[in-house]
Amino acid sequence: MDILDLTAIQLGEKIKKKELTALEATEAALRQISSNESTYHCYVTVDEEKALRRAGQVQEEIEAGRATGPLAGVPVAVKDNICTKGMRTTCSSRILGDFVPTYTASAAEALEGAGAIILGKTNMDEFAMGSTTETSYYGVTKNPWNTEHVPGGSSGGSCAAVAAREAFCALGSDTGGSIRQPSSFCGVTGLKPTYGTVSRYGLIAYGSSLDQIGPVAKDVADCAALLEVLTVYDPKDSTSVRREETDFTSALTGDVKGMRIGIPRDHMGEGLDPQIRASVEQAAKALEEQGAVVEEFDLSLVEYAIPAYYVIASAEASSNLSRFDGVKYGYRTEEYEGLHNMYKKTRSEGFGEEVKRRIMLGSFVLSSGYYDAYYLKALRTKALIKEAFDRAFEKYDVILGPTAPSTAPKLGESLKDPLKMYLGDIYTVSVNLAGLPAMSVPYGIDEQNLPIGVQFIGGSFQEKAVIRAGYALEQTREWHMPGSKKGGR
Amino acid sequence: MAKGYETVIGLEVHVELATKTKIFCGCSTEFGGEPNTHTCPVCTGMPGSLPVLNKQVVEYAMAVGLATNCQIHQKCKFDRKNYFYPDNPQNYQISQLYLPICHDGWVEIETEEGKKRVGIHEIHMEEDAGKLIHDEWGDCSLVDFNRSGVPLIEIVSEPDMRSAQEVIAYLDKLRLIIQYLGASDCKLQEGSMRADVNLSVREKGSDVFGTRTEMKNLNSFKAIARAIEGEKNRQIDLIEDGQSVIQETRRWDDTKEYSYPMRSKEDAQDYRYFPDPDLAPIVISDEWLEEIRSRQPELRTEKLERYKQEFDIPQYDAEILTGSKRLADIFEATTAICQKPKKVSNWLMGETLRLLKEHDQEPEDLAFSPENLARLIQMVEEGTINNKAAKEVFEQIFTQDTDPGAYVEEHGMESVSDEGELRRVIEGIVEANPQSVADYKGGKKKAIGFLVGQTMKAMKGKADPGAVNKILAEILDK
Repeated sequence: MDILDLTAIQLGEKIKKKELTALEATEAALRQISSNESTYHCYVTVDEEKALRRAGQVQEEIEAGRATGPLAGVPVAVKDNICTKGMRTTCSSRILGDFVPTYTASAAEALEGAGAIILGKTNMDEFAMGSTTETSYYGVTKNPWNTEHVPGGSSGGSCAAVAAREAFCALGSDTGGSIRQPSSFCGVTGLKPTYGTVSRYGLIAYGSSLDQIGPVAKDVADCAALLEVLTVYDPKDSTSVRREETDFTSALTGDVKGMRIGIPRDHMGEGLDPQIRASVEQAAKALEEQGAVVEEFDLSLVEYAIPAYYVIASAEASSNLSRFDGVKYGYRTEEYEGLHNMYKKTRSEGFGEEVKRRIMLGSFVLSSGYYDAYYLKALRTKALIKEAFDRAFEKYDVILGPTAPSTAPKLGESLKDPLKMYLGDIYTVSVNLAGLPAMSVPYGIDEQNLPIGVQFIGGSFQEKAVIRAGYALEQTREWHMPGSKKGGR
Repeated sequence: MAKGYETVIGLEVHVELATKTKIFCGCSTEFGGEPNTHTCPVCTGMPGSLPVLNKQVVEYAMAVGLATNCQIHQKCKFDRKNYFYPDNPQNYQISQLYLPICHDGWVEIETEEGKKRVGIHEIHMEEDAGKLIHDEWGDCSLVDFNRSGVPLIEIVSEPDMRSAQEVIAYLDKLRLIIQYLGASDCKLQEGSMRADVNLSVREKGSDVFGTRTEMKNLNSFKAIARAIEGEKNRQIDLIEDGQSVIQETRRWDDTKEYSYPMRSKEDAQDYRYFPDPDLAPIVISDEWLEEIRSRQPELRTEKLERYKQEFDIPQYDAEILTGSKRLADIFEATTAICQKPKKVSNWLMGETLRLLKEHDQEPEDLAFSPENLARLIQMVEEGTINNKAAKEVFEQIFTQDTDPGAYVEEHGMESVSDEGELRRVIEGIVEANPQSVADYKGGKKKAIGFLVGQTMKAMKGKADPGAVNKILAEILDK
C-alpha cells in the first residue's frame, strides 16, 4: 500500500487505528512534494519544518484522545489567497511577495482545529483572476495528467497538488468556477458551497459577493467530510449564514431513487466539446439506471451570465485591490517621487496584466455616468439568473451538466485571447451569481487522455442533494481517484 | 456695495459617536492611546479582513434622526467611497450614499431675527480615517490608525441658512440635541464635531443659487463666524469686480483670516460609489424604531421648561444651565442630593462659569462630582464655613474634585462660632485701635469696616463676618 493513494478519510482512519502516524503521512507528502515540485510547481510556499513540527503535535493530540475527527493528522494544502498567520500569503502576486499575515483565516483555523496539517500554500492565478494558473507571478503550474497542459484555475495549484498526490486534499476558492473548473481539468473532485456557508474572513477578496472557499479532494466523500469541518457560522463575516443540518457525510448513501435531475439544454449546445457532452449523457444514463428521473429543460439567460459576472466581479475587485498600495505591507517600488508616483509605480509593477485589466474594467463600470448602465444592470441580471435557477429547483433536486466546455488547454494558449478564456467560465459563473452550491465530479477521459468533469448544481443550502448525486455517480465510475485504475501518469 | 446680496449657506457636519468600540471592529475608540495600539486587521485594512457593523452606531444615528424630525430609511445600506490616501487603509471609506439612514428632517433655530426651520437633507453613517503625522526630521510620513474606524455621522443640511448667526444657532442646536442624546460630546476643538461650510451669494430676491465653495478646517464657532464673513466678502468682491466664483474646496486659515483653494471641481474625484458587498443591508424593524423612539431622553426645550416650573429657576439661568448637557447633569445630580436647586444654580451660574472662563474651558470639561458640591452647599448652610472660605474650597473642588470636608478640616478653615473667643479677640482689636473707635463714635460709621477687617485678619479669615459685625456694634454702641 502506498500512503499517497489513500483518500483523506482513509488516511484519517488508519491514523486513528494507529496503523499510521500523522508524522509518517506528512513525511510521505513532503517527499512527494520534493520529488515532483520541479515538474508540477503546485505550491508557492512549502513549510516543511512547520508541517513536521505540527504533525508531531497533532499525533500527540490524537494519542491523548483530544483530536478525534476524520481529518486528524491529514496533511492538506491551502490556496495562497487564504491567510495563514506566520506563513507567507501571496495571492500569487508580486505585490504581496513578502506578505506574512498577522492572523489566520477562519476556514484555515477550522481545518487546523480538526487536526489537519497545513503543508504549504498553493499556486493560483494572481488574485484568483484567471482560468489557467498562468497569471501567477511565481510561475505556471502544470497539469499532472500532461505537463504540456494547464491545470485550470484559479485554484490550479490546489487541484494539481491533490491530483499529483502532493496533498491529500486542499482548500480552494471559487468566484466564477475557480474550484470546479481546475478540478475537472485535474480529475479531482471540488465543491463550491452555497454563498455564506464557509467564512470569508481571511480570504483575500476578489469578488466579495461571489467568493466562497471550498474543498478540493480525491473523491466526494472527502469533499463532504471537509465541508462539514469548514461549515462554521462566523460572527467575523457579516455574510456568514447559520446553517442547519450540516451533516453532509450523511448524504453519502449512493441512493438516488426518485431523485429529479434536470439537464439544461443551454449547457449542452454550441461550444461544448462533443466528448464532454457524451460524458454528461453517460452520467445521466448511469444515474437513470439507479432510479433517478432525468430530463432536459431550458434554464435560460445563460448567455448573460458571463458579462454580468465580469462586470460585478471586476467592479468589486477594483475596490478590493485598492488596499495594495505600497503603504502598509507588500511590495513598494524602489524609486519614486512623492505619494502619487509611489502609488502608480508600485501598482504598475506589483500587479500583472490580467489583474490590471480587471481593475481597469471594474473602475470603468463603476465610474460616474456608467454605473447604471453597467453595474446596476449586471446586478439586475444577477437577480434574474437567481430567479431562473429558483424556478428550475421547483422541478429538480439537482441540475447536471458539464463543468467546462473543454478539457485542459495547452500551456500558453489561453492568455492570447482573454475573451475566449472568459467564455470558458460559461457553465460555472451563473452558479456564483445565484450563490448556489455546485460540485465537479470526474467522469470520463478524452482522447488526449485528459480528465472530464461533470457538474452538479443544487438549490440554496442543498449541498446534500449535490453530494448524494455526486457520490452515486462516482460509484459507477471505473476509477475512484486520479490514477487509481485508469488515467494518466 | 451697489446691489444688495444674500448669503446662502448649507452645512455638512461630522460628529464622532460616543461608542466604546469602532464601527466595524471591536477596537477601542478611546482618544489618545499610543499610535496604532487600538487597531486590528479590520481597521488597518489587512488583506482578507471583513467589517461587522456595531449596532450602537445605528441606534445613535436613529436617535439623532428622530430628534431632528427625520424620516428613517428602515432598509438602508453601506456603500464604498473609493479614493486613495494613506490615512485610509483600504483606500475606500465605508459610508452611505444611495440609502442614508435618515433623510428629510429639520430643526428649529432662534436668532435675533426670530425663529426659523433649517432643513436636514440627510444623516448618514460612516467610518473615520486614521491620522497622518509628517515627520519633518525623518523626511517621512507616519500613519496612526487608532482613529481609523471610529464611527461618524454626517448631517447634511439644506442650503437654508443666510447668516453666520443662523449657522451658529444651527450648530448649537445640533450640538445640544446630540449631547442630550449622549451620542457624542461634540467638541469642535477636539474634532468630535466638525463642520464644512458650503456658501454662495446671490442678489437679493434672486431664486437661483450662485456658485458655491466649500470651506474646511473650521474648529471653533468663532472661526466659523469669521470664515463665513470672510468668504461672503471674497465672493461679493469677485462678483463686483466682474469675475466669477469658482466652485472649489477652500481651507480656512483662522490666524490669517483668509481661505486658500485646496482643490477645484475640475480635479474633483470620481469616488465610484457602489454598495459594500461585505455588509448586508440594515433592516430596521418597526419594533426597533419604536424602542429607540421610546428611549429618547428629555431634550433641551423640555428640560428648560421643567427647570422653570419645577425649580423656579428664572428663564435666563435655565437657558444657561440647559445650554450644556454637562451643566444640566451636574445641576440635577447635585440638586437631587442637597435639595437646594437655587443654591446649586447660584454656584453653577456664578463661581463655576467664572472659573471655566478663567481656565479657558467649556462646561463639557467639568470634572467635579455633584457629591462634593452638594456637601459644600450643606457646609455653608450649616455655618461650618463662611462664604469666602467656601469659594476657596470650591476652587479646589473645581480643579481637583477635592472632598470639601477633608479639605476644610486639614486647613483649619471652620468658622469660629464660639462667641466667647470671638468677643475676646474683638475687645483686643478695639483696645488696640482707639483712633478708629473714636472716628466711629464721632459719626464715621464706616470706620467699623477697618475694625472688621482687623478682626478677620486676627481670626485668619475663619470668623463669620455677620457675627463679627454684630459683636463689634454691641461693644462700640455701649
